[in-house]
Amino acid sequence: MAVFQTIQTQEAPSNTKGVAHWIRVNLFSTPANIAMSFTAIALLFWIIPPFVQWAYVDANFVGDTREDCTGGGACWVFIKMKLDMFMYGFYPAIEVWRLKTALVLFLFVIAAFKYLKNNKLIFLVFSLYMVVAYILVSGGYFGLETVPTNKWGGLMLTIVVATVGIVFSFPIGIIIAFGRASSLPVIRSICVTYVEFIRGVPLITILFMSSIILPLFFPEGMTFDKLLRALIGITFFQAAYVAEIIRGGLQSIPQGQYEAADAQGFSYWQKMLLIILPQALKVAIPNLVGAFISLLQDTTLVLIIGLFDLLAMVRVASADSSWIGMETEGYVFVTFVFWAFCYFMSLYSKKLEYRYNTNLK
Amino acid sequence: MGLLRNQKVRGFIFQLLSVIAVVAFLFYIGTNTMTNIEQRGITTGFAFLDSTAGFGIDESPIAYQESDTHFRVFLVGLSNTIIVSLVGIIFATILGLIIGILRLSKNYLVAKLASAYIDIFRNIPLLLQILFWYNVVLKAMPSPKESFSFFNETFFINNRGFIMPDFSFNATMLSILAGFVIAVLAIYVLNRWANNRQELTGETLSVLPIGFTLVLFLPLIGYVVSGTDLQLDYATLGAFNFEGGKTISPEFLALTFALVIYTATFIAEAIRSGIEAVKTGQKEASASLGLTNYQALKLVVLPQAIRIAIPPTINQYLNLVKNSSLAAAIGYPDIVTIFSGTSLNQVGQAIEIIAITMAVYLVVSLLVSALLNYINHKMKIKER
Repeated sequence: MAVFQTIQTQEAPSNTKGVAHWIRVNLFSTPANIAMSFTAIALLFWIIPPFVQWAYVDANFVGDTREDCTGGGACWVFIKMKLDMFMYGFYPAIEVWRLKTALVLFLFVIAAFKYLKNNKLIFLVFSLYMVVAYILVSGGYFGLETVPTNKWGGLMLTIVVATVGIVFSFPIGIIIAFGRASSLPVIRSICVTYVEFIRGVPLITILFMSSIILPLFFPEGMTFDKLLRALIGITFFQAAYVAEIIRGGLQSIPQGQYEAADAQGFSYWQKMLLIILPQALKVAIPNLVGAFISLLQDTTLVLIIGLFDLLAMVRVASADSSWIGMETEGYVFVTFVFWAFCYFMSLYSKKLEYRYNTNLK
Repeated sequence: MGLLRNQKVRGFIFQLLSVIAVVAFLFYIGTNTMTNIEQRGITTGFAFLDSTAGFGIDESPIAYQESDTHFRVFLVGLSNTIIVSLVGIIFATILGLIIGILRLSKNYLVAKLASAYIDIFRNIPLLLQILFWYNVVLKAMPSPKESFSFFNETFFINNRGFIMPDFSFNATMLSILAGFVIAVLAIYVLNRWANNRQELTGETLSVLPIGFTLVLFLPLIGYVVSGTDLQLDYATLGAFNFEGGKTISPEFLALTFALVIYTATFIAEAIRSGIEAVKTGQKEASASLGLTNYQALKLVVLPQAIRIAIPPTINQYLNLVKNSSLAAAIGYPDIVTIFSGTSLNQVGQAIEIIAITMAVYLVVSLLVSALLNYINHKMKIKER
């Protein structure tokens, strides 16, 4: 009886596995590839070490005056000392707790959304939150001191502008999208004109219009606050983009869905809100997040009409006579804040796209 | 009662109501505006366009002086907007094309670098990028006396901008241009001939190397034949600043850099998604037909990818034109800065001026969408 020896499986040849193999295949497979890899490495060496040197190795983190910055690199002490200004603008320091409360409440509301299943309840909770947040931030009720909007600034103003823009542009955008998809010619042409007009002009002209011309549109006694005018401009600007994205979603809904809803005897609004819109939104959500990212970026434009958002704070903070010349640190800090917000929103939109993609390959 | 349940009647009533609402709203703001304008003593009409502006403009591609009219200011602003948009579009396309192709490179490092570029720059607000280039990078440049110079003191960079030799359209310059134009025409004709021949006989002719040679040598021949004298006006350092030459202002540089870097990320994404949208089956089919990689790319993949990538790219061009209005933040004299800004402050006729400015951008975007429709129509796959 033959005896069979068990042969140990051999390991793959060393040149087809491991780090060395990966590097050879991915970086050094052809002469052109080698050249590109070396260029890329050179580029990285040219950019990263000097930046790390400036931003970390030579940088100063401790201290509280300009004189503490002796390293020759970035002076992060400036950011540390001016952090409240970057966050809250000129908001009175003793009232800042109100902003913090509003933020904490916001996190609670977001967390609660995970457990609330009823759409009406979500809507109610959110509306209630908006009212509470407004009272907290603006004051004037329940013995809270009124903080006029010219004291609002920094990241807080950026968030106010972005949130108001997102929240209010959404319903307006939906209605315009319905109008554009409507079979009634007059309604459709009104909505098309609106969308094409807004999308054809730069945001800055809309902001100029809302800050200079808007007061002329209303009777003498009616005055609008500068911030409110900017908010109106941004909301109506954003609504056109939201409408266009939702229209794209509406177009992807098969005709049969409309017919089925009609056959069930649904009214127009029942049909649109209960059958069509939920499906259209599912398609549109990734693009909507994209539009909100660009809205967040666009909020910086309010500095041109004289509001002090996070970006404008760089100039304000570095105009302080004891911190002259700290603009670089300010811009780098603000760049990082905006980048982080936008980047994580775009990651989120990719995740949503994946989650709602029902025909995965 | 039955009439109200009729869909057509209801539609008609609903439309009538909305027309009435829109007209009433317009009438309301119209009358308010009229009374407000009257009370504040603002003049109306477009007569201000003929009045003297009385302020200077730092850079103007067309002749302009303080005694010129506001209409002239409008034209200066418009031409500056057009210049910065065209320069921006050209460079954003080149950069976007390179990044988009590198993003799909098989080289891991290069692909990751390209996608890092996209992820970084598209997530930083454009205005922030403009201010960064202007306030941090270009202001940190040395004074004119200590300028960085390149190519044996021909080009300079300092805090007043980028300075290069100026040229005039003399015989040499014109013959170089003529050589270039002839080369381009020759390539066009040659390309058509080669395509026709390929369709008739199947024989291929690679136009690319011939084209390169033509573009390189014909202008060179023009340069040599016409006497090799360009009569360049070199900049020299005067008492305080450079004299002569051509100066490109830091405002223009900051705006163009930011617009190019920002828009290129979107163009790169458009090109990447165009190439990725071509189905793998197409590449496999061309491989099984025996096409080389280069042939497959040129004859099968690119023609289909371009069809998908062009519409979003043109939309990005439109965005670039609109975004060039951010010039207002750093004072580059585009239409928004000098016309909706300085002229408006002087004249005070906000409605007219902002309406004119908006009309300019609307015309541009209508032209672009007409162009898009034309291209979509032309590029539609013709099924027979």
